[in-house]
Amino acid sequence: MDIAVLRKDFPLLSRIVHDRPIVYLDSASSSLQPRPVLRAMEHYYETTHANVHRGVYTNAEESTRLYEHARVVAGRLVGAPRPEREIVFTKNTTEAINLVAHSWGRTNLRAGDVVVLSEMEHHANIVPWLMLASERDIELRYLPIDGDGRLALDDLDRTLEGAKLLSIAGMSNVLGTINPIPPLAAAAHRAGALILVDGAQSVPHQPVDVSEWDADFLAFSGHKMFGPTGIGVLWARAELLDAMPPFLGGGGMILDVRLDRFLPAEPPWRFEAGTPPIAEAVGLTAAVEYLRGLDMHNVRAYEHELTRYAMGRIEERLGDSCQVFGPPPGDDRGGVLSLALRGVHPHDVAQVLDSFGVCIRPGHHCAKPLMRRLGVPATARASLAVYNEERDVEVLIDGLEQAGRLFW
Amino acid sequence: MPDLEELYREIILDHYRSPRNRGELESPPAHRVEGFNPLCGDEVVVSLLVDGDTLSDIKIAGSGCSISQSSASLMSAAVKGRPITDVQALIATFKRMMSVHGASLGSDVTDGREHDRTAFPEGAESGGDAADGARDDEGPLDLSKLGELAALQGVVKFPVRIKCATLCWNALFQGLEELRTADA
Repeated sequence: MDIAVLRKDFPLLSRIVHDRPIVYLDSASSSLQPRPVLRAMEHYYETTHANVHRGVYTNAEESTRLYEHARVVAGRLVGAPRPEREIVFTKNTTEAINLVAHSWGRTNLRAGDVVVLSEMEHHANIVPWLMLASERDIELRYLPIDGDGRLALDDLDRTLEGAKLLSIAGMSNVLGTINPIPPLAAAAHRAGALILVDGAQSVPHQPVDVSEWDADFLAFSGHKMFGPTGIGVLWARAELLDAMPPFLGGGGMILDVRLDRFLPAEPPWRFEAGTPPIAEAVGLTAAVEYLRGLDMHNVRAYEHELTRYAMGRIEERLGDSCQVFGPPPGDDRGGVLSLALRGVHPHDVAQVLDSFGVCIRPGHHCAKPLMRRLGVPATARASLAVYNEERDVEVLIDGLEQAGRLFW
Repeated sequence: MPDLEELYREIILDHYRSPRNRGELESPPAHRVEGFNPLCGDEVVVSLLVDGDTLSDIKIAGSGCSISQSSASLMSAAVKGRPITDVQALIATFKRMMSVHGASLGSDVTDGREHDRTAFPEGAESGGDAADGARDDEGPLDLSKLGELAALQGVVKFPVRIKCATLCWNALFQGLEELRTADA
C-alpha cells in the first residue's frame, strides 16, 4: 500500500486547521470517506435514485438492484455464507444490537436466563441488555479485564453457566484489545449460548470471517469503515433470523396488512421497516470495494506496525508522563490508543492538540463502566487508520508535550 | 482564530491548580447537587448551606477538566457568604457572558444561546428575571460585576467547552431551585 497515494483519496485530509494540516486521529469514532464513496453516492442521486422494492420503472429497478447488491457485498466482506438472506441493514451498530435485544432477546430470554457481557463493552452493548433486564428477570454478568486490558478468562466456563448469550466486542474502542473470538464462541456454544460480536472496531481494521469465528450475530457500522453515516449492518445466521419476530413495524417488512393483523415479510426485509438508507448502501458498497482493494490483511499489517511505532515513540518522547491503556503492541492489539497525560485532563489535552490540527477524542467513549474499572473519569483517545502515517504520530506527541508545558 | 491563551488564562490555571472551597458539607443540613457534563468526563458535586437569605457556605467536589474545575472554584469564591438574590443575579450575568459573545462571533462559532438553552431549565422562575439572561433590552453586559469570573470569558470562543464552564453553575442553579420549591 502506498500511503502517500492513498491519503490523496481522502479529501478531508487536505484541510488546514489553525494554519496546520489536519491530523485525523479519531477513526474509532468515525472514519473519513474516500472519493470513490462520495462519487458513488453523488452519482446515485444524480442518475438512479428511486425508492426500493416498490417500483417497476427503470431507475426503481436499478436502485433496488444496487441496494440488494450492497447486502451481498457487505456480507461477503465478513464471510457470510448466505448474505442475501443474512445481512440486515440498520442505522448503525447500536441499532443492530438493539434489534437483537428486542427481536431475539424478547422471544428467547426468560426469567433466570443469563446474558454475559464484559467490563470493556461500549454502551451500545450494555444499555439494550440493561433495558431488557429492567423488564424481565434476566441476569447480566460481566467478564472482567486484567491489568493489561485483556479479558480475564480463567472463570469463563463458570461465568457462562446458564447463559443464553455472550455479547462481546471484537475489538475494544478504548483499549484496542482484540478479543479471541473463536475460543469465546466455542465456550459460549458449549454452554448452550449464542455469541454476538460487536464488530464496530473489528470489521474496518482486520479480516473478519463469521464462519471462522463461528459467530451467531455480528454488528458493525458503515461510517467507521470509510462508508457514510446512517447505515449499519447486522449479520445473523439465517435460521436465527427466520425465527425472530420483527423489530420495527411499518412498510417494507410486511407481506400483508389487514385492519386486525399483519403478516411479516421474510428475513432480511422483515427487519427493515420504512425506506432504507439506499444511497448509504451504495456508499457502503464503494467503501467495501475500497477496503477489498487494499486487502484487509494489508490493512491490519500496516496498522499493527503503525501502532507499534506510535506506542514506542510515546514511550521514548514522553516516558512516564503518558500512560497508554490496553495491551502492549502485538497480535491482540489494534490501533486504538487511550492516553492519560499525567496532570492534564483529557478535555485540555484535546484542546491543546486541536491547536496543532490534531483530532483526538476526550471522554468516556461510551464506556463508563470501563472508565470506572480503569479508575479514570475519561481518557484522551487517538485512533489509527490506514490514512495515518508516522508524521501524524510525531505531531500528536508534539501536541502532548505542549499540553504538558501548559499545565505542569 | 481564537488562540489557547484566551481560554487558559492565568487565573483559570491558578484556580485549577489550587481550587478553593474543596470538599463536601454534611447533608443535611446542607443541600447536595450532582452535575455531569454531556461533553463527557466532568463531574461536580455542589454542597450548599443556606442560612435565611444567605448562601452561608458552599463546597465543591468532583473532578474534571481545567475549565470545569476552575469555573467551580471561581464560582464558589464569588458566591460564598452572599445573599441569595445576589447569587441568582450572578448566575444570570454569568449565563449571559457564556451566550452573548457566542451569538456575535459569526459563522465560525455556533450560537452560544443554543448551548445555553439546555444549561438552565426552560421556564424556570428564580425570583423574577434572573434566569432570562440574554434579552436584547438588558443593555451591554457589565463584566465588572463578575470580578475574577470574567477570566472565563474566553470560553465562548470554544463553544464545545461552554458546557464545561457552566456545569457547576447549572448545579448551583438547580440546588437553589430545589431549596426554593422545598420551602414553598
